[in-house]
Amino acid sequence: MPDEPLLRVEEVSKHFKVRGRTLHAVERVSFELDAGQTLGLVGESGSGKSTLGRVALRLLEADAGRVVFQGRDIAKLSSKELRQERRHMQIIFQDPLASLNSRMTVGAAIEDAMIIQGVGTRAERRKHVDELLERVGLPLSAGNAFPFELSGGQQQRVGIARALAVKPKLVVCDEPISALDVSIQVQIIDLLKDLQKEMNLAYIFISHNLGVVQYLSDRVMVLYLGEVVEQGTAQDLFADPQHPYTRVLIDSILKIPESSAERRPMTGLPGEMPSPFSPPVGCPFHPRCALAQDRCSAEKPQMRAVADGHLAACHFAG
Amino acid sequence: MADALLTVENLHTEFTRQEDVIYAVNGVSFSVAPGETLGIVGESGSGKSVSVLSVLGLLRGSGKVTQGSAKFEGTELLKLKRRQLEDIRGRDIGVIFQDPMTSLNPTMRIGDQIMEGMLTHHYASRKAAYNRTIDLLTEVGIPEPTSRFRNYPFEFSGGMRQRVMIAMAIACEPQLLIADEPTTALDVTVQMQVLALLQKLRQKSRMSVVIITHDFGVATNFCDRIMVMYAGKVMESAPLEEFLKRPAHPYTIGLKASIIEVGQSNRVLQPIPGTTQQLTEPPRACPFVDRCAFAQDACHEELPELRSIGSDHLVACLRAEEVMSHAG
Repeated sequence: MPDEPLLRVEEVSKHFKVRGRTLHAVERVSFELDAGQTLGLVGESGSGKSTLGRVALRLLEADAGRVVFQGRDIAKLSSKELRQERRHMQIIFQDPLASLNSRMTVGAAIEDAMIIQGVGTRAERRKHVDELLERVGLPLSAGNAFPFELSGGQQQRVGIARALAVKPKLVVCDEPISALDVSIQVQIIDLLKDLQKEMNLAYIFISHNLGVVQYLSDRVMVLYLGEVVEQGTAQDLFADPQHPYTRVLIDSILKIPESSAERRPMTGLPGEMPSPFSPPVGCPFHPRCALAQDRCSAEKPQMRAVADGHLAACHFAG
Repeated sequence: MADALLTVENLHTEFTRQEDVIYAVNGVSFSVAPGETLGIVGESGSGKSVSVLSVLGLLRGSGKVTQGSAKFEGTELLKLKRRQLEDIRGRDIGVIFQDPMTSLNPTMRIGDQIMEGMLTHHYASRKAAYNRTIDLLTEVGIPEPTSRFRNYPFEFSGGMRQRVMIAMAIACEPQLLIADEPTTALDVTVQMQVLALLQKLRQKSRMSVVIITHDFGVATNFCDRIMVMYAGKVMESAPLEEFLKRPAHPYTIGLKASIIEVGQSNRVLQPIPGTTQQLTEPPRACPFVDRCAFAQDACHEELPELRSIGSDHLVACLRAEEVMSHAG
C-alpha cells in the first residue's frame, strides 16, 4: 500500500462515564498523518485534544471508529502485538517528573524503555543511552542522576530521550513545553524539530500555544468540545481562519505590540464553554458565536472544504 | 518619589534549604504610583513572586526578609506586627493568586467568603456587606448572583473562581491590587475575559495594579510600566513605550525573541543557552553573564548597578548602550 499513511484515524469517538453521566470527550474525529509530518492539535481545556492523542496510541480504547497504524487496525492487535507496535508509537508528557520513575536513575529509565522492547544487548543499550543523552543535550553525568535532581528543561530532555530510545515512528507530544520557562521552551522546540528531521518522526503536537503549533506543524486541527471545527495547513489555517471559534482563539493571543498605541483592547468572548456532559445541539460553538443564526442550533454543520486542503465545520464558512 | 503609593527599596529575601541558603531576592527596588499598572516579568526562580510576597508578609517556610524597606503610603510594612499587616492587606491592598482553588475555602459558600473580608476589616455592616457582595458578583460577571452566593468553590469553573477571587480582592476598595500570575492557569479566551474585567475595574476606581507574570504578551498589553527580573534582581525597568521601542538588557531582548508568535513559522530560533541557577551565594557578578551573548570580562567581575539610561528607563547592564544600539 504505497499511499497508506503512517496513521489513519477514522470517525473516532471517546466517551467517559462519570457518575452515570456521559462525557463526550471526542466526537467522530478523522485525520491522517504521514511519516515525518506534524499534526498540531489546538483547543482549550476540555476540547478533547489530549484524549484524542491517547486514543491514537490506544492508551485509551476508542468507543467508535478505527485507528489504523502502519496499515493495521490497532484495536484488533493482541496484547503482545500491541506491545511490539508500541515500539513505534511513543508519547512525551507535559510534566516529565510525574512521568519518570523517581527511584530510577535517568540512564536506567532510558534503558528501561529499550529493555521493555527487548532491544539490543546490555552493552549496546548502555552505549545508546549515552548517545541519546548527548543527542538531547544532556551531560553524560545526567545518566547517573535522579529525575528530581534535574531542572524542568533537563527533565523534559530525559522524557524525549526515553521516547526516542526505541526509535519510534510516531510521537505524541502532549503539551511538552507548557510547564517550561520561555527561554527553555525554545531550546526544546529546536530539539524536537531537529530530531524530527534526523529520524523522520511523525508528531502529534498538542499545545495551547498557537505560535508554537504553527511553527512546528504541517497541518493543524482545531477542537472545540471534542469536535474538530477546522483543519488545514498550518499556514492557511492561521492566515485565513474560517471557523468563528478559530478566529476567537487566534484573536485571544496577546502579542507583544510594536508600540503602546497598538495594544490589544481587552474584549472577551462572552459566556463559558458548555458542559461536555450536555454539549449543545447543532454547532457546539453556536451559544457563544457572534455569527450564529437559527440554523446553527438546529443543524450540525458538516466538515466541508472551503479551500484546497482546508476544511471547516461552519454553515457560513468560505 | 514622595508621591508613590508603594516604594520598595533594596529588598533582600533568603530561604534556607538544608545547609544551603538560597538568595531569592537580591536588592530589589521599585515603586508604584497611584493609578499606575506595573508588570513584573520573569521566569521561574527570578524572584518576582517572592519579592511581592515579602512585601506582603506572605512568605512561606524558611523565607525571610534580611534587608530593605517597603513603604505603603509612608508606612513601613516590613516592621509591622502581623495583625497590623493583616489590617492593610485585604483592606488597602487586595491580592489575587494564580490558583483560586487553593486560595478559596472549599467548605465555605462563595458569598460568605466575599463578605468575610468586609466584615473583618469593618468595611461594612453585615447587611451592607451582603448587598455589596451581590453587586460585586454582578460586576465581575457572575450571572444569578443571589443564587450563586450560596454555591461552593467546586461548583464554579476555573474562570469563575478567578472572578470570585477578584471580587474578594476588590471588596474593600483597595488602593493597590496585586495579582500574582492571575491568568496563567486559564485558557486564552478565559484569560481575555479576566483581563478585560481587571481593566474595567482599574479604570473605574483608579486603583494601582501590580501584575506578576511570565507572559510578556499579558504584561505589555496590560501595563503602563514593565520591570524584568532575573536571579532575584531587577534587570530592566521602563515605561511601556520605552520598553517596546528601546529594550536595553540582553536578557530582555533574548526573552522577547524566545516568544514564537503566530505568523513566524519560517523564523530561525535563537535560544538563550543554558538555564537559570538558584543562587546559593549572593551574586557578585552579573547573574546573566554565562548565558549572555554580550558578556565581556568586566561582566564576570562586577555586579552591574541598576542605572538610568533614558527617561525613567533603568537597566542593570554594563553594556546597555551598545546592546540598545545593536538591537535597534
